[in-house]
Amino acid sequence: MTKTPKTTGYEVLTSIDAITTGLGSVGYISTREISTSIYLAHHLRKPILIEGPAGVGKTDLAASMARFLDVSLTRLQCYEGLDEGKALYEWKYGKQLLYTQLLKEKLGEVMEDAATLDAAFKKLNNFEDLFFSESFLEPRPLLTAMQQDRGSVLLIDEIDKSDEEFEAYLLEVLSDYQVTVPEIGTIKAIVPPLVILTSNNVRELGDALKRRCLHLHIDFPEAPRERAIVRARVPDVSEDLLKQLVAFVQGLRDLDIRKQPSISESVDWARTLLLMHASALEEEMVRSTLNVLLKHESDIQAVTADLRALTRDSVKASDLSYREPAKVS
Amino acid sequence: MAEQVLTDFIRALRSADVRVSTGEAIDAVNAVKLIGYGDRQLLFDTLGCVLAKSPAEKLAHDRLFELYFSRTATPEPTSETESDGEARASDGPADLPDLLDLLQSGDEAQTAIAMERAAQDAGLANIRFSTQVPYFTQQMMQAMGVERLETEMLSAFRERTSDGDARAQELIDGRREMFTRARQHAQQAFDTFGAGATELFRQDFLSEKSISSLDRRDLERMRVLVEKMAKRLAVKHSRRKRKKNRGQLDIRKTLRSNAGFDGVPFDLAWKQTKRDRPKIVAICDVSGSVARTVRFLLMLLYSLNEVVPDIESFAFSGRLKDVSPILEAQNFNAAMDELINSIGLSSTDYGQSLSDLRTDHWQVIDRRATIIMLGDGRSNYGDPRVDLFKQASARAKQTIWLCPEPQSQWGTGDSEMLRYRPHCNRMVHVSTIKDLERIIDQILASYH
Repeated sequence: MTKTPKTTGYEVLTSIDAITTGLGSVGYISTREISTSIYLAHHLRKPILIEGPAGVGKTDLAASMARFLDVSLTRLQCYEGLDEGKALYEWKYGKQLLYTQLLKEKLGEVMEDAATLDAAFKKLNNFEDLFFSESFLEPRPLLTAMQQDRGSVLLIDEIDKSDEEFEAYLLEVLSDYQVTVPEIGTIKAIVPPLVILTSNNVRELGDALKRRCLHLHIDFPEAPRERAIVRARVPDVSEDLLKQLVAFVQGLRDLDIRKQPSISESVDWARTLLLMHASALEEEMVRSTLNVLLKHESDIQAVTADLRALTRDSVKASDLSYREPAKVS
Repeated sequence: MAEQVLTDFIRALRSADVRVSTGEAIDAVNAVKLIGYGDRQLLFDTLGCVLAKSPAEKLAHDRLFELYFSRTATPEPTSETESDGEARASDGPADLPDLLDLLQSGDEAQTAIAMERAAQDAGLANIRFSTQVPYFTQQMMQAMGVERLETEMLSAFRERTSDGDARAQELIDGRREMFTRARQHAQQAFDTFGAGATELFRQDFLSEKSISSLDRRDLERMRVLVEKMAKRLAVKHSRRKRKKNRGQLDIRKTLRSNAGFDGVPFDLAWKQTKRDRPKIVAICDVSGSVARTVRFLLMLLYSLNEVVPDIESFAFSGRLKDVSPILEAQNFNAAMDELINSIGLSSTDYGQSLSDLRTDHWQVIDRRATIIMLGDGRSNYGDPRVDLFKQASARAKQTIWLCPEPQSQWGTGDSEMLRYRPHCNRMVHVSTIKDLERIIDQILASYH
């Protein structure tokens, strides 16, 4: 198990616990489900399809995996109208054109001794593969991910935003880890990448795609995990404040509002409160920083109405949970 | 043996409407080979990740996992039972402990294994209806050799001694206990394998049943059914927003994208036509018998918000009212009840309602709108204002009239159906939920 440059980055994926600790070491607080699905994804060689509300760390999981495995992260952001030319490979038309121009004169020399058209054609035949070889191939994310010799993490972000045709196009990549370039042939991945797809459920994905993937649903985290995440990102925040602010955010998620605050928003809020030197939640401070958490005017208005109760509840709730372990010890 | 456990579980999932393909089943087997049966929580996470591919499927999976692995988890697929199975195949059933032996030994683990085996012999995984529980219980008892126990019991009686009677009584109690256990086993198997299938069967039946003869207590089941339909339609119609129009060159785009190649057109760009987003204007007669159909039509339409973001709905009997805000804001069934009670009471007047539409809501009808008119066209001999209907129809992309009455009754009595008909693109009779689905499907298809 000595690390030579030849080994892949996947060798650390020995057990589920190893994954949890490994992700923890790069600042991603994993759960049992998340680690299990990564373990399975590696050992069964299957892509993972992650669904869940926006801002629960779907994309971040891929980035953290790449850091943990110390391999490159290739990201493909999907959007309507994304096609193979932008996702897979493209011919370097410009370079091909330039080379044709440059070689024009050379062509005359080469053809000089060809007496007939037939002979010239035969001669030309020897060069035919020149312009459609890998040196004229511009690799796009999918192809790049397959050409990494230590393996890589391939993130196909927001697959639900792409078109139906593109989804079908991905199937070859996802099930066989290979791409077919008509002019060259099939290019197989050197080391199959660890593929992570994310979806916000803008549209229902096709069955064929779902069948080929493992499915992982990430929801908003429970309070202890959210605390751990915020603590990992904002280490300077005091334990008291952390408990209160997480309790407050969790309370907000139970309300009927248009956009629920995500984890990244809790982190931002923690940073904001830290900047303002807050040691505990106070109604006024919460009111003035509410726009960090809520991104719709109507939401802010709805929450402002019973801000006092919300603040009091979260301070109280976190106080209780704070004292109890103190008694035990 | 290990595969049997898994394939039975997959069958249970399929019966609960979780679509598991063969490929996924193979994945599951591979995954279980990797992680083993030892850790129940791990098994739960793994199967959830490999087999269930949407939140709804995950729920079904979680429920069935609890049911299914609560009993199978105990003694199952060790290599020991594996070899036992082979031994049984070659030596015949005589070597296994039957009911009598089990009762005498009182060995709990052996009994559990025997139950499991009897269940397999009786084909318990095939159970579909709750009425089959007694039958399968009987089959299991027989597979466990109840006959020998009964003979023993009879011979104990025949001794006609107090010892014999006591022994017989003991056997009777033991038999009853075993019977109860087998029954529980069968009941659980029904919950795992049959309940989903029964539900599907009922839904199938309901979707073909005439709406007017539906029962109020079917309402909840209908809601599930309608949601499923909506999902099916959404999947079908959410694809392809753009049509590629190969044949018409987009010169500007082509020039722009090939500027880097000195204007040599390597990449050709074609003109694209954008597809209209569907817009539906539903105008519903909520009086009397039509009200039920209205409920399901609107339920279906509002479950479709993924593919039909624009729905305008109007309800009328005497006067017309815009009901979209109420339906969007409140719980659907409650809002619907309220609507039918508040609007449906006055006597039907199509003419007045159409003129209300003309004066207050004319702007909602535009060239991408489909008007769905739902009603029986019985207007109490008032002026039907066919002229207004004609104008509305001309403004819209298409007009479709759904009528809960069969065609033979159109134009009889105060029915004005035949006078409206020339101004509709289609006029159809709907009586079941399936009819509704078919019509909405065709409407959505017309936007492609």
